[in-house]
Amino acid sequence: MPLLEIRRVTRRFGAFEAVKEVSFGVEAGEFFTLLGPSGCGKTTLLRMIAGFDLPDAGQILLDGKDLAHTPAERRPVHTVFQNFALFPHLTVAKNVAFPLRMAGLADAEIRRRTAEALDMVHLGELAEHYPNEISGGQKQRVALARGLVNRPRLLLLDEPLGALDLKLREEMQMELIKLQREVGITFVFVTHAQNEALALSHRIAVMNAGRVVQLDAPSRIYGFPASRFVADFIGNCNLLEAEVRAVEAGRLRLHVAGLGEIVAPAAADIQSGERGLLALRPEQVRIAAEADPGWANRFPGEVRDFLYVGDVTTYQVLLDNGYTLQALMPNAAPGRARFHETGDRVMVGWPAEAGHYVRD
Amino acid sequence: MRRLPTWLMLAAAASYAFLYLPLIIVVVYSFNDSRLNAEWVGFTLDWYRALLADEEMLIAARNSLLIALVSSCVATLLGTLAGLGMHRWRPAWLPLLVITPVAMPEILLGVSLLVFFIQLMHLTLGFLSVVLAHITFSIGFVAIVVRARLAGMDESIFEAALDLGATPWQSFRLVTFPLILPAVVAGFLMAFTLSLDDFVITFFTAGVGVSTLPLQIYSMIKIAVTPEVNAVSTLLMLLTLLLVILASRLDKGFMKGSA
Repeated sequence: MPLLEIRRVTRRFGAFEAVKEVSFGVEAGEFFTLLGPSGCGKTTLLRMIAGFDLPDAGQILLDGKDLAHTPAERRPVHTVFQNFALFPHLTVAKNVAFPLRMAGLADAEIRRRTAEALDMVHLGELAEHYPNEISGGQKQRVALARGLVNRPRLLLLDEPLGALDLKLREEMQMELIKLQREVGITFVFVTHAQNEALALSHRIAVMNAGRVVQLDAPSRIYGFPASRFVADFIGNCNLLEAEVRAVEAGRLRLHVAGLGEIVAPAAADIQSGERGLLALRPEQVRIAAEADPGWANRFPGEVRDFLYVGDVTTYQVLLDNGYTLQALMPNAAPGRARFHETGDRVMVGWPAEAGHYVRD
Repeated sequence: MRRLPTWLMLAAAASYAFLYLPLIIVVVYSFNDSRLNAEWVGFTLDWYRALLADEEMLIAARNSLLIALVSSCVATLLGTLAGLGMHRWRPAWLPLLVITPVAMPEILLGVSLLVFFIQLMHLTLGFLSVVLAHITFSIGFVAIVVRARLAGMDESIFEAALDLGATPWQSFRLVTFPLILPAVVAGFLMAFTLSLDDFVITFFTAGVGVSTLPLQIYSMIKIAVTPEVNAVSTLLMLLTLLLVILASRLDKGFMKGSA
C-alpha cells in the first residue's frame, strides 16, 4: 500500500478544472516531484494534500485512511512554503519549536528536539535571531527544520528553491537530497524547474493542464518522453515530424519529410504507417567537419549560430532541407572552446540507438 | 542626499509656521502672568493652579478621559474584528459600511445620532449617548489600520500555523494577534485621541447631563479667551501629541521584522 494515494482527484474553480481525475501513489521514503508549467494544477494538488483545499471529487488517502474530514492542523503533513512563511515575530528557535509546542510536548523535550533540528541544518548559532536578520538560504533551512522537527509522515515542498539565487539553489539541492536520505521522511516536491526535478527526485509526475501526463523515474522522463509536451518541457529537444515506414527487430525506419530515412530505436506497440515525432536530444547529435562512419543517420548543413556557455557550446545547424537541428558539444579539450564558426559547412549525425519515437 | 533648494526650504518653513505658530502662542500665553492675551508680562504657573481648583473643569476632564477610555476600548474590539473580517472574507459591502462614518461630515453624523438616540432609542442624552457616538466614528479608523497591517502580510504565514498543527484559535492567539498587535494598539490610541478631542458630535449627543473638555473650553471662550483656557488647551495638546507620537511609532514596525 502506498503511503499517499491520490484517487481520481478533481478540483474545479468555477468552470475551470484545475485538477482533472488525477491518480497516483507515493511510496514511503520516496522523493516524489510534481513538475509542470505554472497553472498546470500542481500547487492546487499540493494544497489539497496539505488540507488547505478540498477536492470536488476523488479521494486523498494517507496510510490508507481518507483525509476528507481531517483539517490541515490534524494531518501529519507539513509544508515548506515558497517564501518560507516563517513567523516574523518569533526567533528561529521558536519558529522551529512551534509544531512541537502545538503537539503539546514537554518543555525539555521541545528544547532538545529544537536544538537537534537546528543542528541538522547547521543553524545552531542563529537560534536567537529573528527571521528578518538572516539570509534567504538560512530562512530556507529554518523552514526545513520547522517542517521536519516533529517528523511528519509527509513533507510537502512548494517551489522552496524558487526564491533563492542560482548558486544557493544548487547548494540547497544537494542539501535537500542529503537531508531527505538522512531523515527518511517522504517528500512531495512541487516545481516548474525541470532540472531541479531531474536532480532531486526518485520519481516525477509531469503535469499539464490539470492532468498527470507522465509518471516515471527522472532518466526515463528525460530519455523516453511519452508525448510532445514532455519532450519539449523537459530539457531541450529536437522534434522531427516523422512517419513510421517499417518496424524491424529493435529499430524503426522513419521517414522525415525533406530529410529522408532515419533509423531510430524501437519503442513498444508501434505500427507501421503511423505518424509521430522523433525526439532527439541536442547532446545526442554529433557535429564534425567529416561524417563519422558510426553515424547511422547523417546530414550536411551549415552552422547558423552558436551559444557558448562555458562548459558546453550549443550549435544551431541549418540542414540543406531547411530543418534546424541543435547539437551540443562539451568544451572538454583544454584551450579549445570553439570547434566551428558561423557559416562553416559541417556534417551532423547520430547513431541508430539515439533518439526516441513519440506518438503524437 | 541632495539638499533642497532654498525657496523650497522657505516655503516649507512658512507652511509649518502657519500650522504651528498659533499652537505655540497658546502654549506661551498659558505661562503669561497677565489676564490678557496681549503682551508678555512674566512667567507664572498660576493658570495651571487655577485649573486644578476649577471643579467644573476637573469634572469635564474626568468625563473626557473616561469617555475616551470606554469608547476607544469598545471601538478597538469591534474595529479589530471588522478589520479581520474584511481581510479574511473580503465582503464587498463591509468596507463601505465601516469606512463611511470616517468620511461623513461630523455635523451630519452628530445630527443623525441625536435623532437616532432620542426618537428611536428614547435614550436620555448623557454619558452613554456620548460613548455610543464616539464608538460609532472610531470603529472605522481602527478597522482601516488593522486591515492595512494584514494586507501587508504574507498570507502563507497563517496557513503555516495551521499546517504545523495549530488550531484556528491557537493560530489567532499565537500568530495573527501578535502580528496585528501594533496596529491594534495604534488604532486604540487613535480612537482615544479622536474621542478626547471631539467637539461637534459630542456637542450634539451630550445634552445637558455631561460635559467634556472640548465642550467646557468652548463654553469658557464664549466669554473670553482666558489664560486658563490656554492652560487647559496646552495640557490637552500635550496629551494628544504624546498619543499621536506613540501611535505612529507603533505602526511603523515596532515589532521585529514584518517581512
